[in-house]
Formats: sequence, structure tokens, C-alpha cells
Amino acid sequence: MAEQKVELFARRLDRGVQQAVHSNSAAGTEKRYTVLGTDYSAPDDLRRLAGQIRQHAIEHLDTYLEQAEQSLKRQGAHVHYAVTAEDACRAVSDILQKAGAKKVVKSKSMISEEIHLNDHLGSVGIESVETDLGEYIIQIDGDHPSHIVKPIIHKNRRDIAKSFEREGLGDYNDDPETITRRARVFMRDKYLQADAGITGANFVSAETGRLVLVTNEGNSRFCLAAPKIHIALVGIEKVIPSDAELAVLLNLLGRSATGQQLTVYTEFINGPARTDRPSGPQEMHVIFVDNERSQILASDCREILRCIRCGACLNVCPVYRQASGHAYRSVYPGPVGAVLSPLLAGKNFKQLADLPKASSLCGACNEVCPVDIPIPDLLLKLRNRGHEEHAPSPGTPPMGAFAKLASSPMLWRFAMKSNKVMNLVPLEKLPLPYLQPWLKTRTLPEWRGGEFRSWMKDRRKK
Amino acid sequence: MTHSPSRPNGRTVQLMATCLCDAFFDDVAKATVEVLEHAGCEVEFPENQTCCGQPAFNCGDWPASREVMRHTTRVFEGDKPVIVPSGSCAAMLFHGAPLEFEKEKDLPTVQKLANRTWELADFLVNGLGIEKWPGRFPARIAFHRACHTRGTGSGEAALKLLQSIDGLEVIPFGEAEQCCGFGGTFSVSFPHVSSSMGCLKLEHMTASNPDFIVSGDMSCLMHLGGLADRGGQPVKTLHFVQILQSALHRHG
Repeated sequence: MAEQKVELFARRLDRGVQQAVHSNSAAGTEKRYTVLGTDYSAPDDLRRLAGQIRQHAIEHLDTYLEQAEQSLKRQGAHVHYAVTAEDACRAVSDILQKAGAKKVVKSKSMISEEIHLNDHLGSVGIESVETDLGEYIIQIDGDHPSHIVKPIIHKNRRDIAKSFEREGLGDYNDDPETITRRARVFMRDKYLQADAGITGANFVSAETGRLVLVTNEGNSRFCLAAPKIHIALVGIEKVIPSDAELAVLLNLLGRSATGQQLTVYTEFINGPARTDRPSGPQEMHVIFVDNERSQILASDCREILRCIRCGACLNVCPVYRQASGHAYRSVYPGPVGAVLSPLLAGKNFKQLADLPKASSLCGACNEVCPVDIPIPDLLLKLRNRGHEEHAPSPGTPPMGAFAKLASSPMLWRFAMKSNKVMNLVPLEKLPLPYLQPWLKTRTLPEWRGGEFRSWMKDRRKK
Repeated sequence: MTHSPSRPNGRTVQLMATCLCDAFFDDVAKATVEVLEHAGCEVEFPENQTCCGQPAFNCGDWPASREVMRHTTRVFEGDKPVIVPSGSCAAMLFHGAPLEFEKEKDLPTVQKLANRTWELADFLVNGLGIEKWPGRFPARIAFHRACHTRGTGSGEAALKLLQSIDGLEVIPFGEAEQCCGFGGTFSVSFPHVSSSMGCLKLEHMTASNPDFIVSGDMSCLMHLGGLADRGGQPVKTLHFVQILQSALHRHG
């Protein structure tokens, strides 16, 4: 029988990698739980409030996006819109080429991964260096991030030491501090040489045009220190009504992502340099990227656009812990990825329609989500869509016969009793394709169909 | 998960035994009847009941699932509380069914059944107001809060009753919020991931050698028990209602 792709990946996954992913994720879950529980008496109420804030923002996105554009322009920034990933890449390279820029430094941004920006810049001869340490390691290894917040959760320090040695960053040394120091020295030159800095944005306030960036390494500040141009790639759903909501959202983001009350650096960017505020890039461009988000907003899965990319659902997910991020074959792994990735695939939905199946629907993701996204419900809706569009789903039993049986009480009772014959035969020999995967690792209890029904009948007679 | 705030809590109740109890675990269904009767309930068992339709719902075949759910709404007519000794089947009735009927004309019928549905422990504690369970059950147990009771009062309710039983000790274990790996048809379409999750759960739950592994969902226990059995290190599993029943018998 054909196998589910996530299952296959998990089955073949290196045990060391699986254990690294599992212990890192479990530690993240634990930290999140402790800090939220210590700091708030009712963290769930706060999550629900944040969910309402984000839901309100996306449901009035037409208004807030326009308002954000006006506010950003008032601050002196240029605003661009990109409908597709290609449009977004081209918008970036157009800005860079017009300015004659050859070298850029980047801070971590999921949307730049989503549109494959580095590949595009490379193809037009622009050097782009990732400055987040994890993302830099991914870049030199030609690898892909396997976690939204911890891109190298699947690597250990020995792997990293080997990569640094290969890249000419010194002799083999797997001491984390040495690795970090070497990366810093390397980055310093890159920051100073760069013509432009590229960032994402965690939030954009419609009211003020304030762009909010959170990092733990301070690399985004360096990206905007020496370069003359700042380009921010922003998913259209990142807009929030005003600065006031940041009080709720920032407090939840750090705690949910890394168990920190606040990330080490929180930057508020209010437009490019001006005469009264001379530091920072002289030119600022904000590119609002749609890339299927309008379609998602129009669908019955729009709640997924509330996501603030904290990664808490990845950490807590038992399937993610077994399969690791690369099993999801897309930029966004884990529960949020299982919803978002097939939707972002647009007309290629069917190619990723298996992802929503890779879940036991345990609901732990919803329980930790800082914006209370009903992820299991969305997974179920997408399973239904996959079924309607006849997406392949190996190992999923057909349900037509079950439905007939379970809506005909006579047949049902007969099946309950007659199935007792199963107790008399070796189950492993039965040609039942959906029973065998169960039996490989599990036994089945004795069939006792009809026993309770006759007991109940006898009881009534008494 | 959504849950109706004002559900009926009369003492004449309809039992939805669930297909797993119908097929494998008659002991659990019997215990449910005895426990409800001890709590002063008259238990009706609508004989035409089959399944809650969850397998098809989870597979994405909502038309098939709705066919089963329509049958179920006809079987459980009226306004008495419907009691389900399974967090997952109860959640199918009060949460899953309204979701798959969101765009259907007969949503109100399904919503009506949803609003009458109780998971067993939730009903005993939050419906009937029982705070303490009589009797004695001298054992150390590891209690797995079944995942489909997240966001409801069920897990806490079951624990409250268990902890009130004389002689019973509930022991803590690691990564308690984690799923057992069953997940319905997930267990056969992702057998490796499902079994790995289950083995990890077993490892945590058996770490301090409990006498029993306990849950409010026979599906979790069938999976965990089956895994332990196949692995050559069998564990004793019990639905919490079997403990309540057993405690009554030792009441004297």
C-alpha cells in the first residue's frame, strides 16, 4: 500500500535528528507554559483577546491596509503591493537595481522564505546574506529551515562546526560561543559593505505606520545601521489597527515563541532618516505581499491569517516532534503549516492536501496558540476539501460502506454480532488492508459485539 | 472547543454507548449504566444507535459522516440529556457535527442534539453536581486526559471524582499534555508516527509503575493497551467509569 508522505519521512528520519527536534520542542513547550502561568492569572483569556484582535484586523483588512499605506507614506516610506511571490521578488530586485545595489544583508523573515527571495536575488547577480545565525547556517548549508522560530532545530553543533570549517571561518570548533563569535566577525564586514538591508515585519500599525520587528540577536538593527536602503517584506495580514494592540500581542509573542517575556530586541521603525532624525537608511520601501492571502481571507479558513508566527504549535505538536519540520515539504511546518501551506499553494492545493491529514487532531496546537486559531477545525475543513477535490490520500479508508452500515440499525446489529467470527481466525492473515497497519504494532481486543445490547435487554426484563 | 453553557441535566438520560463499547468494551458500557443509576439516573438505551460518524468526519468524507449524523439525530430525539462515556464521541456530537453541518439546512437539528450532549464525567460533576465518589479503590493510577476533552470540564471532572475515592492515588507523569497517538484513522494511515507517539506516552505513563492506565476514552486505551501488549510488556487499562463502578462494589 502507498504511504503518506509525512509518515514515510518520519519513518526514515535519522533518530538523532528526531530526538533533537523532540527535546528542543518539548523544552520550548515547557518554558512557554511556565512563563505564561507565572506572569498571568488567566493566560487563556489573554489568548482569546489576542485572537479577537487579530480576527478583527483581518476582517477589516481593506480598511486597515489602506490606512497603513497612508501612514507609512506620511512617515516618508514608499509603499508597494505584490500580488504573487514573483511580483514580490521582482519588486525587491527592481528597487535594488535602480539604486545600483549589489550586496544586501537580510534579517530573518518567513515571507522571504515563502517567496524564495534569495534564489531570485542570486539569479540577478545580487549577493544576499542571512544575518540571523540560524538562517545563516541554513544558507551556507543550502538547507531549509525546519522550524519557524528555530530554523536549525534539526542540527547539532558538530554539524555546524563542520559547515563553518568548510566555509573557511576557522578550524573545526564546536564550542557554541566560538561559533557565534566567528559568525559575528564575518557579519560585521557584510553589514558595512551592504547597499541595502532587507527585513520582514512582525506587525505594522495602521494608525501610525509603525513597523515592529522582534529579534533576539539584534541583527535586524545592524541590517538597518549602515545600508542606505531598507526594504521590508510584509504579508498583508500583518497589519493591526493601532499601536495599542501591541500591548497584548507583543506580550504573547515572546512568551509563546521562546518563553521570553519580551524578545531581546524590539524595534519600532518610524520611516526613513529625516533631517530631525538623521540615523538609519535614507530610503524605506514597504512591500505588502498578497501571495494567496486574499484567497485565504475569502475562504472558510481565514482564521489562519491571525497567525503571528510564534511556533508554539510546532513545539507542542506530537506529530511535528516525530516527523520534524522538513517532513512538511514547505516553508511553514507543523500544525500551522499543515493549514497554511496547502492554502498558500493556491491552485496547486492538491499537491499539499496530504498535510492536513498528518495530525491526530489532538488539539494541543489550539490550546497553546497565542491568537486562539482553531487549527483542528481548519485541518478538518481542508481534509473535506481534499476529499471533494479527489486529492490522493494513501491509507485513508473509504467511508461510503461505513456510512451505509452506520445508518442502517438492522445491518449494524447484524455486523456487531457476526463479526465475532473474527475471534476465531488469525487476524494477521485477513486480507483487510486497513487492519494490517494496526496489527503490525498493536493487538486488537476480543470482539464482543452485541454483548452489551443483550445485557441491557435482560436488565429491562427484570 | 465550543460547548453549550446550558445543557439539560435531568435524571432521565439517554446513553450513547459508542461503537467501540458496542464492539469491544461491553464492560465499560455496563459500568456506565451502573454508575449513572447509582447517581440516581434512569438510563434509556435507544437501540437503533450506531456510531457518531467521526471516522468519516476525520477522513474528510463529510457527506458520509453527515449521513451517519442524520441517523443519530433521529435516534436521539427529544430533550433528555445524552450521555457519552467517551470524550471524543461526545466532542463529535457537540463540536464536530455543528462544524460539518455549518452550511446545511438541518444545522438546527444537529445543534439541538449538540446542546444536550454530555461527556460522562462532565455530566456527573458539572451536570449532577457530584463532588465525591463513595467506595474504595486501593491503587495507583496514571490518568490520561483524553485529547478531545481539551477546553471542556471533562478532564478535571474525572480527576476530581477519581481523587475523591478512598485508597486511590493519581500519579503524575511527564509530557502529560501529549496525545497518545490514536487519532482515529490516523492510527492506520500514519502507523509509524501513531505508534511512536503511543510508545512515548506509555513510557511516561508507566515510569512510576502505576497499577492501571486510566482514561475517559476507550480509543486511547485500545491503542495504548494494544501497543503494550504487542510490545510484550502488557499494561492494565481501565476506563475511569470502571473504577467508579468498582469502588461502589467495595463500598460494602
